[in-house]
Formats: sequence, structure tokens, C-alpha cells
Amino acid sequence: MENLNALVDAALADVEQAGDIRALDDVRVKYLGKKGEISALMKGLGKLSAEERPQAGAVINEGKQKVQDAIATRKHAMEEAALAEQLASETVDVTLPGRGELPGNLHPVTRMRRRIEDFFLRLGFDISEGPEVEDDFHNFEALNIPSHHPARAMHDTFYFGDGRLLRTHTSPVQVRVMEQGKPPFRIIAPGRVYRCDSDLTHTPMFHQVEGLLVDKGVTFADLRGTVAEFLKLVFEVEDLPVRFRPSYFPFTEPSAEVDVGCVSCGGEGCRVCSHTGWLEVMGCGMVHPSVLEHGGVDANEYSGFAFGMGVERLTMLRYGVNDLRLFFENDTRFLSQFG
Amino acid sequence: MRFNEAWLREWVNPAIDTDTLVQQLTMAGLEVDAVEPAAPAFTGVVVGQVESCEPHPDADKLRVCQVSNGADTTQVVCGAANVRPGLKIPFAQVGAVLPGDFKIKQAKLRGVESSGMLCGASELGLEDLIDGLMELPDDAPVGTDFRKYLQLDDAVIEVDLTPNRADCLSLRGIAREVGVMNQSPLINAAIDKVAPAIDDTLTVNLANSQGCPRYLGRVIKGVNVNADSPLWMIERLRRAGLRTIDPIVDVTNYVLLELGQPLHAFDLAKLNGGITVRNANAEEKLLTLDDQELTLRDDTLVIADDSQALALAGVMGGKPSSVTSDTQDIFLECAFFAPLAIAGKARSYGLHTDSSHRFERGVDPQLQNEAIERATALILEIAGGQPGPVSEAVDEAQLPGQAEITLRADRIEGLLGMGLPAEQVEDILSRLGMEVSTQESGKEWMVLAPSWRFDMAIEADLIEELARIYGYEKLPSRVPAGSPSGEPVAEQTVNQRRLGDALIDRGYLEAITYTFVEPGLLKQVEPRVEPLPLLNPISTDLGVMRTTLLAGLFSTARHNLNRQADRLRLFETGLRFVPTGSSEGEESLEQTPMIAGLLYGSAQPQNWEGKRPVDFFDLKGDVEALLTLSDADAFSFAPGEHPALHPGQTAALKRDGEVVGYLGRIHPRLAADLDLPAQLYAFELALAPLLDGVLPHFAGVSDQPRMRRDLAFVVEDSVPAGELVAAVRDACDERLTGVRIFDIYQGDSIGENRKSLALGLTFQDRSRTLKDQEVNDLVDAVVSQLKQQFNAALRD
Repeated sequence: MENLNALVDAALADVEQAGDIRALDDVRVKYLGKKGEISALMKGLGKLSAEERPQAGAVINEGKQKVQDAIATRKHAMEEAALAEQLASETVDVTLPGRGELPGNLHPVTRMRRRIEDFFLRLGFDISEGPEVEDDFHNFEALNIPSHHPARAMHDTFYFGDGRLLRTHTSPVQVRVMEQGKPPFRIIAPGRVYRCDSDLTHTPMFHQVEGLLVDKGVTFADLRGTVAEFLKLVFEVEDLPVRFRPSYFPFTEPSAEVDVGCVSCGGEGCRVCSHTGWLEVMGCGMVHPSVLEHGGVDANEYSGFAFGMGVERLTMLRYGVNDLRLFFENDTRFLSQFG
Repeated sequence: MRFNEAWLREWVNPAIDTDTLVQQLTMAGLEVDAVEPAAPAFTGVVVGQVESCEPHPDADKLRVCQVSNGADTTQVVCGAANVRPGLKIPFAQVGAVLPGDFKIKQAKLRGVESSGMLCGASELGLEDLIDGLMELPDDAPVGTDFRKYLQLDDAVIEVDLTPNRADCLSLRGIAREVGVMNQSPLINAAIDKVAPAIDDTLTVNLANSQGCPRYLGRVIKGVNVNADSPLWMIERLRRAGLRTIDPIVDVTNYVLLELGQPLHAFDLAKLNGGITVRNANAEEKLLTLDDQELTLRDDTLVIADDSQALALAGVMGGKPSSVTSDTQDIFLECAFFAPLAIAGKARSYGLHTDSSHRFERGVDPQLQNEAIERATALILEIAGGQPGPVSEAVDEAQLPGQAEITLRADRIEGLLGMGLPAEQVEDILSRLGMEVSTQESGKEWMVLAPSWRFDMAIEADLIEELARIYGYEKLPSRVPAGSPSGEPVAEQTVNQRRLGDALIDRGYLEAITYTFVEPGLLKQVEPRVEPLPLLNPISTDLGVMRTTLLAGLFSTARHNLNRQADRLRLFETGLRFVPTGSSEGEESLEQTPMIAGLLYGSAQPQNWEGKRPVDFFDLKGDVEALLTLSDADAFSFAPGEHPALHPGQTAALKRDGEVVGYLGRIHPRLAADLDLPAQLYAFELALAPLLDGVLPHFAGVSDQPRMRRDLAFVVEDSVPAGELVAAVRDACDERLTGVRIFDIYQGDSIGENRKSLALGLTFQDRSRTLKDQEVNDLVDAVVSQLKQQFNAALRD
């Protein structure tokens, strides 16, 4: 048994000496393998008497276990060290930026336009579009603006010289929708419109969203409620003051301009609202009977409301854009701020 | 329309302050644009009188004056040329603070004590009518606070009137509205007829009585056109934004402001014979008051004498017949011109006057008699003279009548969402000057609009008036019940938003460029199409409608590259406008929604690895992403030609064989011409074909093993890979489930002008495992097909 003790000590020393997993495995084979030195002792048990054998066997097993444990411990330590080394070698600088494309974004006017569309889509409105090169009939005549109407002067129209023109508002879509269908109508018509005017606060092209609801029993109350609800939601101000002022459009009667309490100063008065506390945001009214007639709708049976708003205006108010002209310069330093 | 509040309050004076008045006007539809003080703030200025003037001992231009403030006399040194004994002037006493925070202190001027300052008008924020001190009338009460004397504590209110409310283009019109809103009566100074003192008249002939149904004229002889208009009138004109000219012009302007009736005065001596209101002869000349030599058209109404046109009716008088400082006798015109006869005429001659503004919108056709009497009385008061009788030419049949409109209670409720009690309906309409008679008690009325409310035409007009006076704010409000939208959208229709969003997710920014572009640029980008030119562009560089969105994107690229941008990914959606010739006199034009994009710079945002510039296949990848949202299988790419694009790097995108767009690298010549980099890539596709997608249909999932065969074919350089792949598909059946190009090689080992394309073919059967032999047969079929079609050889 001294031999065993010496063998175990030698084995433990070899385990300690083993430099890597392979050397460790050599140690295992040397002592515990089939032909290993400790295994050989087990084979020697046969020479002992039946009485001595169990005790001697137990002693050998104990020694064998000791060596096995030592190998396992050592192996585990080696694996841990190897893993640690691998992990260390695979470490990256996580503060470097990620690879690949980041999203761009919509033009701010489109962003607002979608916001407007989404509100009315939820109310069951359809989106309609019309031509931008329009004829005089749809842009003016059918909307109750005959050729000598003073409202024409206010429209600063771009002409092509053959009766065609660039639509000055999205209202002609009202007429086209009515011509092509049967009431009830519930549409909004977003799009580009054009006025021959260019200065600090006017661009020759801008965007409007027109709305039209024609049905039986539609009243001014429906118009007020719809518009007020829309404005509260679009500006996300629950108690937003909304004011309807009598106004005039040839194609609505009664007509109103809609003001909201200034969203910049809360109605106290500031540069944005010209110190009035109010911001004019849209025009609206009950569809003029002759516009209904032009669209082939019986004005005795149906009534309707219409509204029109400038998208740039709402965009400027909502996102704090202070210069209209920025919208069409398309400078990426501007465009990229609306993601 | 600008007017001062104090004048308004002479007409109607409800017990409300300025803020409330302004609020009321705005909420009645007469939107107040601005409220300004009649004069800037100043204090300590009284009406003073110069008692004596002595020369200053040490200064030639200065005078030493004794000035009375009514109580005391003080010494003031003054340098104004017009200072003289007896003159009444605004006198800023010691302690006064003038506009600009200018404090008046005790001072010595060249050694002489001076206590205060004698003021010129501009020193008080008023308009200088003469050089030097402001000369006050002899009846100005010395010692009165100057602000009180001129009613300077007054607000100037500017209302922005909608075109229908021409009745409010006068002080009386505004006063009527204020009266209605406050149930406050008008303080209506009666306008008396002026008895003629002489018999002189001119004959008036209405040759176009449709354009001019009523024309009143009156001769006034012996007027002193050099008399001064009274200060109160000058001040009211000034506050309304008008300058004093001479008493005759001042009076006509004053009556225009007060009653809304434009008038005109001719120098009687310069008229030849009677007055005719007629259309101009074509090419007839007229020199207008503002010194423009107009060549008239025969659609233009003029006032003429027996020899020539004198004035552009309702717009502007002529120079030769105008009142000058030598004028002795005048002929005063006060007419009603039909809006349609005047509308657009001023503009067509490049003119816009207070008169044309009113006649275009409409003047009360019953106003002329009152107005000419009012003007006569004022002229006589200021400039003296002997009035003749008023001669009136009128064609009653052509005068607009007063509208008679039926009003039904149920329509009121139907339009406003609430009914109004009959008494209230009748009360509001009566206050507005309408004559209301009941047709059916509480249900129906017949309403006669007053002559000045010529904007009333239909029932809805009356209902709007009811709502306006009742108060829009008090009307009910409700959100209408939602209802399903009318047009169901097919599920396979691609939402247009999705296309923009896909590009955005791939790093694009959305641009919105003008739809009109510079003609030269467009010709360079798309020379094949003649664009639609604007008749009146805002500037020549926005002169034609775009026939391609690429023009705007190229300009945008240049704008940004000039501002140090080193990488661009931009897209735009919108219409392009392509003229397609004319048929039956109608020009036809295709207005097609397009989506276009532009790529420049590194393929990925610059990072810490190397960067690779974008190339054609980055562009194509983005286009393919769009196709994937649609019905990708319906589209194909083929080599294409586009004048703006590089002939070797341009693809035409086809849907079911039809070209629906182009993508490619900018043509190097165009890039050079536009000062753009050559490594710029762009696409433009018609939107509609992209929006027609597919409804998903589940095709099952096969668990059978896939077999892959990799084959490399050597072909001529010019063989398009797409066609090769298509041929592979043709040669197989549905067991071929995928073809990928995984390598392209060119080099000496395969010979000049040849390339090797390595294809990975995947085979699978839905229901069973394919046998090797079957796959081999398919591969053989592919090889022989490619051999036959492209002379393709398998690469060893």
C-alpha cells in the first residue's frame, strides 16, 4: 500500500504539472487508463484473499478517486482559463457605432398630412385626389366663382393660356367627387395647390387638405364638432379654445374661419399669433346649394359641409418651423429633423 | 378699410370699450387686422398762440417769441420759417414729453432763455402738410390740450373685409353693423338737399346703361380749390390712410369713406359739351391722373365728353380734365356702375383704386342722391361756390333690384342644427334693415333685403345672417356619427404610404420640390418631351411643368452638395405632367403620379470600417425592395435608355412587358452640365403599377429534402444574367425552386470578352424525395438550353 500512496502522490504531482488538457489526459491514461499504474494495482487485488480484497479495493478506489477529482478540478480550471482567454480575445468596443443604414424620414409636410388623414380616416372619410392642372370650371365656376368675381383676384392663379390653370385650392376635388358618385360623400382631398405669390410668408406651391361631407341632415353643428375635435387631436390639447368666425367663401354658406387659441403662448399673445392670442387655421362652411347642384346633388334633399386647411401652416405651428420657405428648399439639414 | 373709432362713435356709440368693439367686429365677420393709436404717445402739448416775434440777437434764423398758453405767456426761441405773430400752433411746454421720449426742458438757445417748443406736425407723429410749424385754425381754443383738440386719443381700426361685404366699405356700413350687434340706433345725421343757386347743367347720356344705370352730375361754379380743408377732415382722412390733396379731392375721398360712394370731379372748363357714358372705342387713348397713357379696349366703360374719353369709369379720372389749382368751376360726378362692368377692368390696366375696389364689389344703387348732396354741402362749406341743380340720368330697368327671398324655419334648423324662435328671426332680420313679412306664422317669411345688402341672394344667405348675429359661438356642436367609408380598398392594393416608408427605412429622406421647374434644366434632363409652360410663372426659373421628377431631385442634390452634404438618399412622390398632343382642340395632358429617388455617396453611412461608394446595384436593391411590396414577379428589368442616364448603367423596369420606369446612373455629360458628381444614381417609377400587389396565397410547406447543384457557365460578356436565369427557369419545371447567382468571374483563364456566371440551382419536389437521376436530367436540360440559347459552356 505504500506503493499506492507513492503512486497517488506521484499522480497528483503530475496533475499539478500538466500544462494543458492534452498533458492532463496523458496523466489520466498513465495512472487511470486500462494499463495505468493505479489500474494495475486493482488488477493485483486478485492475488489477495477474499477477506483482504474489499478493504484493499476500497483503499485503492479511494486513491483512484483522489486522482480523478484532482484531474477533474484541474481540467475545469483549465477550461475556465481557456474560455476566459477566448472571451478576452473576442471582446469588442461596444461603444463603436453599429453598422448599417438608419431610417430617414418623411418630409414634415407629409408627416402632418398623414396626421390629418389619419384623423379623418378614423371618422370614415375616404381620401380622394384630383388633377393639379385643372380647368376653370372645376377650380372656379363650379365653386360659384364666376370669371369676374373679386375672389378670383385673391387667388393669384397660374394660367396656361388655354383655359387650363394650376388649381388654386383643393376644393375642385369636391366637385369632381360629387360629379363622379352619388351621395352620401365623406372625403378628404389632400394635395398640392398653387398661387402666383412668393414672399416671406407665401410660396407659389403649398399643400391643402379639403374635406367634404354630404348627407341627409348634415348641419353646421356637425361641421363645428368635427373641426373642433380634429383641432384638439391634431395639436393634442384637450381644452384647446376653438373659435368660429363668420367669413366668406363663394362656395359655402354660412362660411367661417376657424381660429385656435395660440398653441405657442397659450393665448397670452406672442409673436406667432401677432399678439392676438388666436391663430387662424382653416376655412369652412356649409356647401353652397349651387355647388351641390353643379355636382349633381339635390340641394333640397342633401346638405353638407366642407373645410380646407393649409398643411404648411399646421406643420409650422406643430413643429415650430419658423420659415415657410424652408419646406421647399429641401436642405437635408432641415429635412432630417423630422424623424 | 381703415377708420378711426371717434368718427365711428359719431355714427353709433354703444357703451363698450375699444377692445370689445374690436372683438365684436371680428366675430361678426369683419375681421380686425390691426388697431393702432391715432398718434404716438406724447404729453404736455397745448394749443398755443404766438403773440410776438423778435429777431434773435445772435442768430439770423432764430426768433424769440412770446407764446401764450391761454393763461401765461412764455418766451420760446423758434427756428421755423413760418412762425409769426398771431399764429396758433401746438405748443410743447416745459415738462412735455414728445414721441421718442423727447423731454422738453428749460433751455438757453444762443444765450436766450427758451421755455418750451413750438411743434411741427411730424414732431407729434402726425403728417407734415407744410414745412415748419403745424398751423392750427384761427378758431383753435388756446390752452386746450392738443390731444383733446385733435381727438388724438383715438384708435385707428383696420378691418379686412371679405368680398361679399362691400356694404361695410364705409363708415356708415360699419356703423350699421355695430348698431345691429349692440341694438344701438344709428345717429343718422340727415343729409339735406342743397338748393341750386344757378341753373347750369350738363346733359348726361347713358350710351351703356347696363354698365351705368344711374349717373348724377352737378355743376358748381366759383369754387376756391386753394382753400384749406378743415383739420378735422384732414385728420380723419389721415387716419384712414389718405393724404389731403385739395378741398375737392378731400371731399370726394371723405364721402367715399363716410358713405361708400366714389365720386369724381372734373374741371368744367376743360369739358367739351355734354357727358356720355359709353364703351371706349378700340385703341382710344386716355392719360390717367397717375400719368399713365392707356390704350383702351372696347370692353371698357368710359366717361366721355363730346370729343374724347375723360375718365375710366369707376376706376380713375383723366389728367386733362382733372381739377387743378387753376380750376374755377367743377362738374361733380356721382354714379352707380354695375359691378360686372367694372370687375377686372382696373386690374387689366394695372390699376387698383379705392373707387374700383368699391364698384367691383358693389355700391348701394340707391346711394347716389344722398352722396352728391353730402359732397356738395361739404364743398360749399370749405371751398365755397354756386351749385347748380343735380341732373340725373337713370335706366331704372338696369338698376339692381332688392332681393326678395323666402325663408323657411325648417331650413334654418336644417342648416344650423337648431331652430330659432320666430320673434328672434324677425328681430335679427329687421335690425339688419330687411323688411320681413310672415307668409306662414312661425314657419315661412318673405324677406326683402335693403338696397345696400346686394350680397343677399338665396335663403342660405339669410340663414348665415341669422347665425352671424345670433353668434356662431352659441350654435350647437356635435361630432357626426362615423360611418364606414364609401370605397372598400382591395386587400392586394398596396398602400402608397408603405412605399415611402420602405425607402425611409432604407435611409431615404423625403423631399418635396416645386412642380414647375427651370425650362433649361428640364430640357437637359428630358429633351424628348416638350413641357407645358406657365403663362405667368413666378419667375423664369419656375417656368414649365415638370415632365420628370428627376429635374427637381437633381436640383435638390446640387443644393445639398453645395452645402457640404457628402451622402444623399432622397425620394419624392408627385405628379409629372406630360403633354400628349391635342385632339379636337383640347390639349391633352397626362398627370401621372410618380415615385423617384436619388442616391449619392457611400453605400452605408460612414463608419469605422472602409467605405464603398454606392453603385447601380444599391439603387436596384432599393427599387427591388419597392417591388417586393407589390407583385414582384410581375416586374422585370432590362437594359434601358434614358437621356438623363448612363447608357451602360440604365435599366428599364417593366411590368407585364410595359416600361413603367427607369433606374440608373446619371449620364456623365449631364452630370458635368449640371455640375453634379458622376456617381449619382436615380430612379423614377410610375406609382400606379406598384400599387397593384398580390393577395397572399399559402402554397404549403414541403418537408422533402432540397437538392442543390452549383454550375458555372461561361458566356459572352454581353449576355444579360437576367436572361440566363430566365432560360434556366424555362428549361425546368416546378421542381426547380430557386436559382441564385453566387459568383461572377472574368479573367484570362476563360478568355477575352467572356464571363463565368456561377449559378446555384435548388430542386425540390413537394411530395417525395427527388432521385439523383431526376436532378441530373434537369441539370442536363439546363445545360443544353443554355448552350443552345447563349452558346454557354460549362466551366471546368
